[in-house]
Amino acid sequence: MVTIDGNEAAARVAYKLSEVIAIYPITPSSPMGEWADQWASEGKKNLWGTAPLVQEMQSEGGAAGAVHGALQTGSLTTTFTASQGLLLMIPNMYKIAGELTSAVFHVSARSLAAQALSIFGDHSDVMATRATGWALLCSNSVQEVADMALIAHASTLEARVPFMHFFDGFRTSHEVAKIEELADEDIRAMTDDGLVHAHRARGLSPDHPVMRGAAQNPDVYFQGRETVNPYYKVCPAIVQNAMDKFAELTGRQYHLFDYYGAADAERVIVIMGSGAETTQETVEALLPNGEKVGVVKVRLYRPFAVEHFVRALPPTVKSIAVLDRCKEPGSAGEPLYQDVVTACAESAASGAMAAMPRIIGGRYGLSSKEFTPGMVKAVFDELSKAKPKNHFTVGITDDVTHTSLDYHPLFSVESPDTVRALFYGLGSDGTVGANKNSIKIIGEDTDNYAQGYFVYDSKKSGSVTVSHLRFGPKPIRSAYLISSANFVACHQFNFLERFDMLQRAAQGAVFLLNSPYPAHDVWEQLPRKVQEQIIAKKIRFYVIDGYKVARDTGMGGRVNTIMQTCFFAISGVLPREEAIEAIRHSIEKTYGKRGEMIVLRNFDAVNQTLHYLKEVEVPHLVTSAIEMRSPVPAQAPEFVQKVTAKMIAGTGDDLPVSAMPVDGTYPTATSQWEKRNIALEIPVWDADICIQCGKCVLVCPHAVIREKVYEAKYLENAPPKLKSTAARWKEFSEWRYTLQVAPEDCTGCALCVEACPAKNKSETRLKAINMMPQLPLRDSERANWEYFLAIPEVDRRVLHLNSVKDSQLLRPLFEFSGACAGCGETPYLKLLSQLFGDRTVIANATGCSSIYGGNLPTTPWSQNNEGRGPAWANSLFEDNAEFGLGFRLTLDKQIEFARELVTQLADQIGGDLAQALLNADQSTEAGIHDQRERVTELKKRLEAVTSPDLRSPATNLLSLADTLAKKCVWIVGGDGWAYDIGYGGLDHVLASGRNVNVLVLDTEVYSNTGGQASKSTPRAAVAKFAAGGKGLPKKGLGSLAMSYGNVYVASVAMGANDAQTIHAFLEAEAYNGPSIIIAYSHCAMHGYDLRYGLDQQKKAVQTGYWPLYRFNPDRAKDGHNPFTLDSKPPSMPLEKYVYNETRFRMLTQINEGEAERLLKLAQDDVNQRWKQYEQLAGLNGG
Amino acid sequence: MLDLSTSYLGLKLSNPLVPSASPLSKNIDSLKRMEDAGASAIVMYSLFEEQINQESHELDHFLTYGTESFAEALSYFPEPSEYNLTPDKYLEHIRKAKASVKIPIIGSLNGVSTGGWIKYAKLIEEAGADALELNIYFIPTDPFMPSNAIELAYFDLVKDVKRSVNVPVAVKLSPYFTNMAHMARRLDEAGADALVLFNRFYQPDIDLENLEVVPRAALSTANTPQAMRLPLTWIALLYGRIKAAMALTSGVHTAEDAIKGLMVGARVTMMASELLLNGVGRIADIRADMLRWMEEHEYESVTQMCGSMSQKSVRSPAAFERAHYMRAITQFEMPRG
Repeated sequence: MVTIDGNEAAARVAYKLSEVIAIYPITPSSPMGEWADQWASEGKKNLWGTAPLVQEMQSEGGAAGAVHGALQTGSLTTTFTASQGLLLMIPNMYKIAGELTSAVFHVSARSLAAQALSIFGDHSDVMATRATGWALLCSNSVQEVADMALIAHASTLEARVPFMHFFDGFRTSHEVAKIEELADEDIRAMTDDGLVHAHRARGLSPDHPVMRGAAQNPDVYFQGRETVNPYYKVCPAIVQNAMDKFAELTGRQYHLFDYYGAADAERVIVIMGSGAETTQETVEALLPNGEKVGVVKVRLYRPFAVEHFVRALPPTVKSIAVLDRCKEPGSAGEPLYQDVVTACAESAASGAMAAMPRIIGGRYGLSSKEFTPGMVKAVFDELSKAKPKNHFTVGITDDVTHTSLDYHPLFSVESPDTVRALFYGLGSDGTVGANKNSIKIIGEDTDNYAQGYFVYDSKKSGSVTVSHLRFGPKPIRSAYLISSANFVACHQFNFLERFDMLQRAAQGAVFLLNSPYPAHDVWEQLPRKVQEQIIAKKIRFYVIDGYKVARDTGMGGRVNTIMQTCFFAISGVLPREEAIEAIRHSIEKTYGKRGEMIVLRNFDAVNQTLHYLKEVEVPHLVTSAIEMRSPVPAQAPEFVQKVTAKMIAGTGDDLPVSAMPVDGTYPTATSQWEKRNIALEIPVWDADICIQCGKCVLVCPHAVIREKVYEAKYLENAPPKLKSTAARWKEFSEWRYTLQVAPEDCTGCALCVEACPAKNKSETRLKAINMMPQLPLRDSERANWEYFLAIPEVDRRVLHLNSVKDSQLLRPLFEFSGACAGCGETPYLKLLSQLFGDRTVIANATGCSSIYGGNLPTTPWSQNNEGRGPAWANSLFEDNAEFGLGFRLTLDKQIEFARELVTQLADQIGGDLAQALLNADQSTEAGIHDQRERVTELKKRLEAVTSPDLRSPATNLLSLADTLAKKCVWIVGGDGWAYDIGYGGLDHVLASGRNVNVLVLDTEVYSNTGGQASKSTPRAAVAKFAAGGKGLPKKGLGSLAMSYGNVYVASVAMGANDAQTIHAFLEAEAYNGPSIIIAYSHCAMHGYDLRYGLDQQKKAVQTGYWPLYRFNPDRAKDGHNPFTLDSKPPSMPLEKYVYNETRFRMLTQINEGEAERLLKLAQDDVNQRWKQYEQLAGLNGG
Repeated sequence: MLDLSTSYLGLKLSNPLVPSASPLSKNIDSLKRMEDAGASAIVMYSLFEEQINQESHELDHFLTYGTESFAEALSYFPEPSEYNLTPDKYLEHIRKAKASVKIPIIGSLNGVSTGGWIKYAKLIEEAGADALELNIYFIPTDPFMPSNAIELAYFDLVKDVKRSVNVPVAVKLSPYFTNMAHMARRLDEAGADALVLFNRFYQPDIDLENLEVVPRAALSTANTPQAMRLPLTWIALLYGRIKAAMALTSGVHTAEDAIKGLMVGARVTMMASELLLNGVGRIADIRADMLRWMEEHEYESVTQMCGSMSQKSVRSPAAFERAHYMRAITQFEMPRG
């Protein structure tokens, strides 16, 4: 038995049975590719004793192409993907199937981006491929993932029909479960080498040349398409044979359609995926009550074997509900429903079925929406009705078109033998890791079945995690979250006022709290609601000061091992001594390779824990006056109160359809209402030391540190603790200056402190800003912050925007994002929003920036006092440059049309105004301001146009008038987009000559999906998909862009030269053509304390690794060299920069010789590139 | 034929020139070049237990940081099945060094915990080191720690390590003891086979522009002859009074420096700064200069000169003590102008 998740289960089999694996990251399938790459880098062998060749591609489209090619030349080939990735593979899937090629794709099924992206699970992606001719084989559980993976690989070789093996994203791909491992001999027994050789023999070779992929004409294409029919006819039988053989080997028998339920069932649910397990579990519970119900679990969805399906149904069936985990708007019904209707209708017509049952279809579980026994019961109940609802939904409240079924949320079928435990933790405290270990301990050291499922945050800093663990003597089919737990653990005391976790505690449950208060004092510190539930549910209550133990044992903020030890000590799942021994063993296994010290530290934590774990004597009375915290303040706007607040509080599931915008349009400026209070320490300003340089404001990733200059009169009603000093500006010499922190939005990253150049001369450890504990400052600083916000902003027109000092007086329109603490990307976006936010439309490629920029519940993109601010949209990952170009095309066309109309209506709007509108100089803030005023006047005058002949152009101009005031387009994304998947489009957009601005936030890896290598990843760095160190150099994106000659290109690193960064942004926007800024963005994926991110940026520049330059075609017009090299020649060796980072250092710990070799080559890269740039800088322009 | 041979840590060495622990021993090529230049043995760079712990801590921290928090990025780095961390690399390097050069290899260890000292001492022995140098680089900064506790810790440490390994053990230490002679005797009692005098402590500098404390490499040069005076004095004083052999380290740049060290009683003289600054070829130069000097001054062997200028062998033993100091300061003249 092994305890693994679905992705690993699939990857193990795929790896064993492949020779070539093409990979590309996409959630939730990325781990399958990561496993494959890692195993290959370690030389792990496949079934035939050779390590598969693993190749990362630039996109899923690329991966599919490479797979197609490898298959056509005879390799056993696989890939892993999901969602949009699968969509990109569709063209090749048609080809692969049309050519009758044995292949398997493993897909963790995920929602498709429609009104919004979702990374979570449903069958939308899989269903989009059902016409490709691929066999679609579904797994419902982690065990089945391993089993069906093997059955798919075995079947495709015989059938020659390619197979897509799929399972539910997250629910199955990320569920950790105890499963039977497939033995190599079983895999071998299922695999016919003769078929492998036949596959190989069909490969293209000049030794026996053939051609494929011909172009056919009307005369033969149709017939050619029909040639494959015999293969599809026998395919189901081949799969069933494989399933039978598999059963002989392993004892686990599957069928194309597995029926479970009463032999005389009248009501049957047809379903596939993890929901089938929940349905079976519910049926099991209903049968003893005499309910005549059953479930058909669809395994082989394509080719749809009608006869097998009908045979699987009990002959007594009267009504069928078909559940689809997808939506096809406008269809006659969702795909599985339509197939079942067709199958039954045909069978009833042919006599294969005695009578046509009544069939209804419904949608459930989109984007991993919970699908629970209560919902299954609701569907069975619906089937009992005389007129059941068809095309229903279950799991939501549809108060618009009333499709939803009512269900009982508390209906439970869970076995009393199954222990259910819930753990609330922070990502950073290690809760999930510890629980994964606990599941392994229970799975591997006891006879119990075990299941772990983990719910994560959509924020990248201060993330909250909830772990759902089940274990017990019976197989666990509950593919849904725990709603009634025997054990609830809260690993962070402050969660008590944020989450009503005891609502999920069962009667008599155990509650374990990590508490800074001892057992005898803790009661008074609990919110009233917590006290009430502890008493009412007769909860046994334990506390431990996990942080004290962690501090004492050198564990820092990680209470994982401590809380895990408490769990085992209290739960009694294993005898205490045995449990401790198992934890120690698991510590050795997990941490041993990282060094003995880590193991000893964890051992120490285990040993000390039991001493501090105490049971609390629960009083009989509720005494607390502490209330749960409101998710948003009372002054938040209505939408935020009614909708956003529920999502923040974790009750978004309760929102009805009517609460949702119909087209995915959401208000901006909402992150300000989500006060997360995640910083333990915040920066505190020392006005006497400060030199008012603005550097701290510039680098703050979350826009929580801001400055203002203002007239002294605004201090009249200031809170007593608001700090103020004389402004150090010539222009504002009589004014005051305040540097203010948003205490509840700060993440405590301390980048500002590191950026501060002013030191206290009497005590050099202090600067003009210093980190201090947040809690004692929270209330006073909150009052200061609110007052500060109300002080008027300085007039943009009087500022010198090309100076750091002045630019930071501009209000950021990107604030309080969910990005990582210390993020290196967001300061650039914030700068963009300060400089141009009031006139910008942003196209944002999918990735980190689209997630911290647009993942609900809130968005950091904000608005100024006039209600202007960035308008933002995310289309896809691969098309962002084109998407942004579309914005530009609209603007260009609308401006052109508006100007034509202004000319046409010049008499009506006034010749002077018309001329002024048409000839306005908008190159300055003052110019833009004046033009906006003209537009306002224009609108007034247009309203007055009443002549019927001119009414149409006037109303047209009214709707287009705003375009006459300057707008700009920014196309934003990471290196995964710009260097890889979107490069083709980016290249075309740059070549279009259109006035767009591209900002590449270059972290040198796919940060959002967990650090996979991109073509931006530098040589000698370790990344996922480059586990053995990247052997080839980073792509010269800037050089490629410069080769056009008419593209503005800048390479910037804010931490190394902030003034150059600001110049580059201003020049890029001013340039009337395509611009691209490649911005060095330090990232948590680089593996060092991001507090020192700016310092690393300096080193990147000082070593010559990241030269700073600007290529401005406008300079060439004046006879100057367009290329300006803004950084000095390298002054230190590359290793001074690289070995501060885990991504490089790691290679020295994996393969020192290779690290040395690659470092030398990387240094050569730096030297050569520097020479090139020096030469460029030395050329004469014109 | 002049005889340069000497014995140190039970090893018969062809000459008394031994490169001390420095980055020069980090790669096999430079080890070979030192051997070719005539080094008679090499002390490897130090294995720092603190560094091992720091490396583990960093690796663990950064492999863990940010993981299991955000659904799309549950980890940030690939996690290989095993790492080749500092101790493994160090031990592997010793094995390679032994296979690559014929001269003895002396492992060097700087521990922090008793367990660490013993564990790594054993591992270095198992890796094939011919001897072990304990580089006790401990700077007491706690004002509540009495000197006898520190001395006892040194004593216990040497005793524990000696008990655990079979190879000879040298102790490299600083001169900052209330009574260095007493300390030397105690280490002698604890079983130290040799004393390496002296370790120079890290003494950071101040960066006035940035108001920061900055590390500075503490290399001696031929222009800083005072660097070797302290060990020279103490070796002269201790020679013949302890069983342990002595090595002089700090400030040896020329053949004359080495000869002085040998004359006061060192069995070997160690160098690092000179080789780092002017290349490992300096070993050959110094060796040749030594031979020339010995020939000119009609010395037959290193053994002959060893200890010849120690306190007990010189005409005026007080020269090494306070009386000499008085003379030195009374004869000192203020520079003119």
